Amino acid sequence: MATTTPVGTLYRGGEGMWTWVLHRITGVGVFFFLFVHVLDTALVRVSPEAYDVIIATYKTPIVALLEVGLVGAVLFHALNGLRVIAVDFWSKGPRFQRQMTWVIAAVWLVVMIPGAYRMLMHSVEALFGSTP
Amino acid sequence: MSAPSIETPRSLSRRNAQRSNFELYSWLFMRISGIVLVFLVLGHLFIMNFLDGGVQRINFAFVAGRWASPFWQVWDLTMLWLAMLHGTNGMRTIINDYAERDQTRFWLKMVLYVSSAFIILLGTLVIFTFDPNLG
Repeated sequence: MATTTPVGTLYRGGEGMWTWVLHRITGVGVFFFLFVHVLDTALVRVSPEAYDVIIATYKTPIVALLEVGLVGAVLFHALNGLRVIAVDFWSKGPRFQRQMTWVIAAVWLVVMIPGAYRMLMHSVEALFGSTP
Repeated sequence: MSAPSIETPRSLSRRNAQRSNFELYSWLFMRISGIVLVFLVLGHLFIMNFLDGGVQRINFAFVAGRWASPFWQVWDLTMLWLAMLHGTNGMRTIINDYAERDQTRFWLKMVLYVSSAFIILLGTLVIFTFDPNLG
């Protein structure tokens, strides 16, 4: 006979809880990056040299990895945001919210796998020179 | 030690509390700005990180070339304002959720609003006063 036993007091909200957590974390992360990004772009008002020096750091391999992370965070936040809108405004949204979670996970992977590859290839080419 | 008192829902001070639809408009703004930002930000990331040489080709001359066109100026200005307001409103929600003391909540939000206003104004100024012949 199958019985369910409650395990502690941990809230087990399922997929919806984790997308909510990820939405917050990616939102905060992207917001802090936006601050930095407006400040670095503001250097175009200082001098072309100052701007180019700071932008050079964006071209280093380690920051290139962070940029892949940024694109991944923005893409998740965008896709999940559209899912939230569908849940709020589409009459069948709440019924299909779980299926939509798996759809956005699939779209995220389909975009990120070739996307990350291409972004990282740019920095590999810049490091070792491109082959014709 | 006395037990914490909770005001009766229908007490006079609660009834006279100012009611506004601010949270409704803020909720609606997140969804409308979110849809616009999906196109603006993903487009921006696609152009900057994927097309041609990606981030490797970005320098002062590249920015000058883009901002010579009013189209990209309007794009970047809209993106700046919507993203900053969307992000600031999201941070406001998070502060309201997690900062429990009134004083902490107030000051965290003040720091948020002042720094956000600074970034929005700085970014706007940079787009409007950009000089391609600088230096």
